[in-house]
Amino acid sequence: MNTITRFICTATFAFVLPTAGQAQEIKAEVLHWWTSGGEAAAIAEMANAFKAEGGEWIDTAIANGEQARTAGINRIVGGNPPTVMQFNTGAQFHEVVDNGMLNPIEDVASANNWREVLPEVLIEATNRNGEFYAVPVNIHGQNWLWYNVEAFKKAGVEPPKDFDELIAAAPKLKEAGFIPLAHGGQNWQDHLLFDAVVVAKAGKEIFKNIYLTTDGEALNSPDFRSAIETFAALRELTDEGSPGRSWNDSTNLVITGKGATQLMGDWAKGEFIAAGKTIGTDYGCTVMPNGYIMGGDVCVFPKVDDEEQKAAQSKLAELMLSQDVQLAFNKKKGSVPARVDLDVSSMDECAQQGMTALKDPEQQVGSINYFASSDLTGATRDVITQFWATPSMTADEFIEKFASAVKSAS
Amino acid sequence: MDSQITNAGRPRFRNLAAVIALIPATAAVVVVYIGCMLWTVRLSFTSSKLLPIFDWVGLSQYSRLFLNERFSVAVENIVIFGVLFIAGCLILGFLLAVFIDQKVRGEAVFRTIFLYPYAMSFVVTGLAWQWFLNPTHGVQKLGRDLGFENFTFNWLVTQDMVIYTIVIAAIWQGSGLVMCILLAGLRGVDESLWKAARVDGIPAWRYYLFIVLPLLGPMIVTAVVLLSISVVKLYDLVVAMTKGGPGIASDVPAKFVMDHFFERNNVGLATAAATMMLIAVASILAPWLYQTYIRPAGRVA
Repeated sequence: MNTITRFICTATFAFVLPTAGQAQEIKAEVLHWWTSGGEAAAIAEMANAFKAEGGEWIDTAIANGEQARTAGINRIVGGNPPTVMQFNTGAQFHEVVDNGMLNPIEDVASANNWREVLPEVLIEATNRNGEFYAVPVNIHGQNWLWYNVEAFKKAGVEPPKDFDELIAAAPKLKEAGFIPLAHGGQNWQDHLLFDAVVVAKAGKEIFKNIYLTTDGEALNSPDFRSAIETFAALRELTDEGSPGRSWNDSTNLVITGKGATQLMGDWAKGEFIAAGKTIGTDYGCTVMPNGYIMGGDVCVFPKVDDEEQKAAQSKLAELMLSQDVQLAFNKKKGSVPARVDLDVSSMDECAQQGMTALKDPEQQVGSINYFASSDLTGATRDVITQFWATPSMTADEFIEKFASAVKSAS
Repeated sequence: MDSQITNAGRPRFRNLAAVIALIPATAAVVVVYIGCMLWTVRLSFTSSKLLPIFDWVGLSQYSRLFLNERFSVAVENIVIFGVLFIAGCLILGFLLAVFIDQKVRGEAVFRTIFLYPYAMSFVVTGLAWQWFLNPTHGVQKLGRDLGFENFTFNWLVTQDMVIYTIVIAAIWQGSGLVMCILLAGLRGVDESLWKAARVDGIPAWRYYLFIVLPLLGPMIVTAVVLLSISVVKLYDLVVAMTKGGPGIASDVPAKFVMDHFFERNNVGLATAAATMMLIAVASILAPWLYQTYIRPAGRVA
């Protein structure tokens, strides 16, 4: 009896202890804002991969990026950081790094050759002082023109490849009863459109310089002026219900055949898919010229002293950018993998088109978030949205206001 | 004599218990409200971005604030909104109260209908009015579908008019409350006044305007205080209805502060704007506080 009890006890310990120890060793809390259907499915791919490695994934999902970031930063400052935290790719987390609140993941990065497999601009955006501080998990293209195939057939014009063609096609589209550009007039959408126009008309150098330089050279260049004119001309292509409309309502106009086109990031693809539309026959996608404007998400690793937590961070960093996880995650998310050495033939047509653009370094353009602080982004956004909503404002007034916004925020 | 002594003793004892009971609440008020207020004011003199830091940059956040066109638009909007909203609610609320006071049949039904909007949050109000006023599927479309081809009501998407749509929605939401408060007041007005006025042959409108209205003074003050609070914190209605647009045309100070705090990680500028809001509120409240609390006490002493 006694020996049996002892045996059971020992056996129980033998089985329970190691697993308990292992689980504790690689327990990770991940704070993120991937809460919508497709997003949650995507993050579940990561969680499953981590579980398959014997880890315990604690999911802390907080809807809305701003709120999630605020909650995460408060926890970091308060000394109770999550193991992993999400940010948007770019300058958003630079201040957190500068205050010594994040662990660098340079070891994982160099062990896995990240510098070889990531696009150059993405390396710049995730590095601080020459070290990797963030794992890029996806790339969201921001200058896609989505169009309704039927609308262009009815109007008898070819789907546009750039903004000039779109403006040229507008009268025929209007005649056929379509809104040429179903744009949602919220400030961030105005900004997205503006950046796409600037890259298309003035190129990526001027695009970066209008935000980062204060000497006025880029702002007064003829190319930038022509971008402003094009942007202003696009106002005429929208409908009266545009101001304040959310992006997915605008996408819905394209889906239901009221609108002909919409300029939006590749997250709009999810709406077409959800509506049961097929790519090519119902809707199409084109990247606007002169570069693929890249947004996206990264994961950062708050400073922890606990060795086990550090091990969990390294493990996750490696896992998140591994080929299988990248492919599985991005298929669900609707974005493009962050690494360019993947075989994307199993992904849809738009993703492949995006990937082709990404492989060409000339086409890689970091979105405004890659290089500008949220303060600078916001200050210029106010000017852009005001210009968009005020047809009477001249290009000179716009340039003047833009310059003073850049100056005030830098 | 005897009863006086016991009475004098008891309140003191009672006061002591009350004071002890109130200590936690007082501490919370001092630390949370006043502490946070001072913290905010202090931060507005720093260059804080994402994280609070305690350097000293003098008034540079304020100078940036005053040069910011969006902030001046926001201030202008809140003044327009405040005046029109309070006046509108008072007038409409008073008329509704008088209407119900005529002992109409089904009074309870009307009272419920008029008060009902107040039970809705500003977010719901904003969304409903946004759909209602949207030119492509709201009133304007209705008018055009009815055959009035040129019928136009596009204030919601017109920069100069958009703030008035917010006023309309807010009045719709708030006037029921004013009605309720004033109706309670009207019911407290002595019946004999009405009879006397009838005997003297005073018309009903003069009776309400010159006799009843002055009697309702305290009720009106209550209503104004309640309405003013919703003016200062006006945020959710704007977010739900216009998101501050078109452009920046319907921005308000609270939205400016929130955007800069969270979306733009600019704690310095946000706290400067918040401090300006505090100063504005304090400068309106100060004369009233002085009038109510300080002057009478001074007179007694």
